[in-house]
Parts: sequence; C-alpha cells; structure tokens
Amino acid sequence: MANVPKELRYTREHEWAKLEGTSVRVGITAYAQEQLGDVVFVELPKVGAQVAAHQPFGVVESVKAVSDLFAPVSGRVAEVNGDLPNAPEAVNQDPYGRGWMIVVAPSAAGDWEQLLTAEQYEQFLAEGGH
Amino acid sequence: MDTPLKRTPLYQAHVRAGARMVPFGGWEMPVQYAGIVEEHRTVRRAVGCFDVSHMGEFEVDGPEALAALQRLTTNDVAALEVGQVHYSLLCTSEGGIVDDLTVYRLAADRFMVTVNASNIDKDWAHVTRWTGPGGGARWRNVSLETGLVAVQGPRAEALVGRLADRDVAALGYYRFARGTVAGVPALLSRTGYTGEDGFELYVPWGETERVWTALLDAGRGEGVAPIGLGARDTLRLEMKYALYGNDIDETTSPLEAGLGWVVKPAKGDFVGRDAIEKVRAAGPRRKLVGLEMVDRAVARHGYPVLEDGRTVGVVTSGSYGPSVDRYIAMAYVETALAAVGTAVDVAVRGQAKAARVVRTPFHPPSVKKG
Repeated sequence: MANVPKELRYTREHEWAKLEGTSVRVGITAYAQEQLGDVVFVELPKVGAQVAAHQPFGVVESVKAVSDLFAPVSGRVAEVNGDLPNAPEAVNQDPYGRGWMIVVAPSAAGDWEQLLTAEQYEQFLAEGGH
Repeated sequence: MDTPLKRTPLYQAHVRAGARMVPFGGWEMPVQYAGIVEEHRTVRRAVGCFDVSHMGEFEVDGPEALAALQRLTTNDVAALEVGQVHYSLLCTSEGGIVDDLTVYRLAADRFMVTVNASNIDKDWAHVTRWTGPGGGARWRNVSLETGLVAVQGPRAEALVGRLADRDVAALGYYRFARGTVAGVPALLSRTGYTGEDGFELYVPWGETERVWTALLDAGRGEGVAPIGLGARDTLRLEMKYALYGNDIDETTSPLEAGLGWVVKPAKGDFVGRDAIEKVRAAGPRRKLVGLEMVDRAVARHGYPVLEDGRTVGVVTSGSYGPSVDRYIAMAYVETALAAVGTAVDVAVRGQAKAARVVRTPFHPPSVKKG
C-alpha cells in the first residue's frame, strides 16, 4: 500500500494538500506517482495565477501518459516549485517533499473541509482509487 | 464487443516479476518492470530481455513462395540469401502501408515473415490471397507456436553466446542461424528494434519461459533485466524506427515515411508499386522527420505541427528520450519544411511550443557492423 501521511488531506484525483498557517501546499500522492511511472515533465501555473478547486491547474507527464493536476482548494498561487521543470524526477523520488508543486493562498475557507482525510483516502485507494 | 486479451507464454513470469500489465494490440503485455527510464538505460548500457511473443509469424513455402513474396512485399526477396533477413513492407494497391515486417529466407523456397501483433488477422487475410500463379505457395500461420524473446544491448552477444550451442559472434547484422539456446531449439536472428546490438530468439511457444529464465539467470553478471513495452518504445523512438499504427499506416506512403530504401521497383511488379511510383515521380508532399523540442514541452501523437500559426503537419510519436535527455518526436511535415534545422512549432494543449527539425537517429546506433 502506498504511503499516505496522516497529517495531509487528499483529492480523489490523487493530489495531497498540506495546511501551512493559512496557506495550502499541493503535490501528488505516492500512489499517483507510482501509477504514472517516471515523471519527465511538469507544467505549473505562475505565481499570482488563480486556481479553482477541482479544476486543472497544471499538467504532469510521464514517459507514457499526460495527466492533469487538480487544485484541492480555490485561491491564488503564492509559490511554485521552480526546481521541478529541471528535475521532474523529484515527483517520483519524494512526492510529499521535494516533489511539491504549488502553494495556494485559499480564497474560500470551506474547500479544506471538503478534502478527504488520510483514512478516507486510504479507503478510496482500497476501493480501487478511481 | 470486448475480446478477451491474449497472453504470451511469459505472462505468469511477468506477473511474478511485478510487471505492470497493459492491453497492447489485443494482448496483455508488460509495459514496465522497474521503470521505463531505468529499463531504457539498462538496454543502452548492459543488456535487456523483451517478451515479444505477441508478434505474428507466418511461414510460406513451395515452388512459388518466392514469387508470392515478391508480389506482396516491397523489398527484393530474390536478393535475400538463405540465412539472411530483411526489413520490408506490405502495401495496399493505393500505396499505403498494410504493415511493416521482416522476411527470413529459411531455404531457397521457404520463408518466414514476422508481423506486428495488432495486424496478424489483417495481414493473414492480405497475404493468403497470394498463393502464386499456380497455387504453389503454401502459407502457414505459426504465430501461436512461436515464442519470441529479444535480447538487446552491448552485452547481448556475451549473454546469448554463453547459452547458445554455436558461435554467435560470427553472426552478422540481419543474419540468422538455427541452433539452441539453453538447450531449446531456436532461430537466432541478429536483429532488433532498439539501435543496440542484439538478437531476436524465435523458440517453441511452450519452451519460451525456459529460455527467458535462463537468460535472466545467466545474465546477472552482465546486469540483465526484463524490459517492458514502455522502454521498447523510447528506445525505438531515439532511433526513429517507425511504429505501425503511430507513424505509419494505410494512409501513409513508404516514401513519406522515409522507407523508400525498402521499396525496390526494379524487381518487377508488386502490390502498390504503381501508386508508390506516382508519389515518387511527383515527390512526396510530406515527410516523416525528427523533431527536438526547443521549448520545454512533450509532443505527443496527434498534436498539430505549426508554422506561423498554420498547420503544416502532425506529430506521430513523441516522448522524453532518456539517452538524449531531450524531448523528441517524429512528425509528418510538408516537404518544404523537412530540412534539418527548420524551425516549427508544436501545438501542445493549445499553445505553440518551439521545435526544430533535427538529424536522425536522435541517438547513434550501436548495431553489429557487417
């Protein structure tokens, strides 16, 4: 079973979200990177861009597949992981650490509560993950 | 209607090895074991084993076997010696490509052809219409009797040599011989789809796993690993080898695809010759070229190629090339834009990303010389 850290929240599209003060850091889960295989390209929004919960904010590509990245919460992009374009393999090597993608300054408080808890996400994976 | 996926004799071995299995051409095949990039590097640096038992094999023999193949395929089969193999094409009478294949001359009047898995039924219907003027060519579909393992990489010769009953170092590129591998009767062919030196071993279906296991055991010192279809695709892309259904199909001409070198009109008539010669006389309107992305983006099959916003072609294959460490692609572009160095764009999710036509193969081949 893929690693699902307890302190994070999750989407059904396999992004993780981490509350840092009032901001939310976002990446894809260990399960997601395993399914994708070798990540060779990551396309992220610019700082200042608006993202909407459950809407695509970027793209991750493995050798074989192109996948949208979905925002866990709505808000403004406050930070972007500028290392990923040159080192997309960090998404495979350290999906919850160096493989982070963006930090969002949320615009709506309610989004966070809609996200899956670690237990719910584990249950979701146990049911097949889609 | 869903047809159940077929399984090669190595299916259980792949599952045991932890491979990720995917549908491919009607077969359930391993796409990766350790990871596509790692497997790709294993083949370039050491040696890898591929299960390609899903591919189809037909035999044709009889006094008119040569005549039937001359009629059906574009290359000159009369020039083929016993023990030699060549790359060739089956074409429609309109000059489109039915399939690409290899032709083995087993004896003066006996041949084997190897075809793509997804085209076995179509090819069988196509070739069996040709039994020679006097019906003296007999076709046999031996696809499900024939397992096929490709052993590819700079250490392939050392590995296969240790398990074979004959001197494989003496076997030249695109030559084959009968022998045994790990005690199993095999046709050892010095061919491949990776740009590396190596072999394709045709073995009895039921004994394929014995050969596979022996190769993986005996090759530990060489760093051998099983390789999935994912790395097979990136390896062939770096060589600009066409993949049927992606880069070539019944709507593409051999001359557009850069496969004119296996079209031999001087040998006499064959299916598609007139149509292909018309394209030759007029000059192909588009050409299959190698693209390297200048902007950071991955070009994929079906993405439009643009020049100043105008569509001038289409991407047929594209990926990250692990050995060249660049995003590379194959694309049909208008002939005027096919020269090396030409700047074009690829439309990636609606955005024009800069690319340029580059010399191919993208990565220098290391196949056996001579």
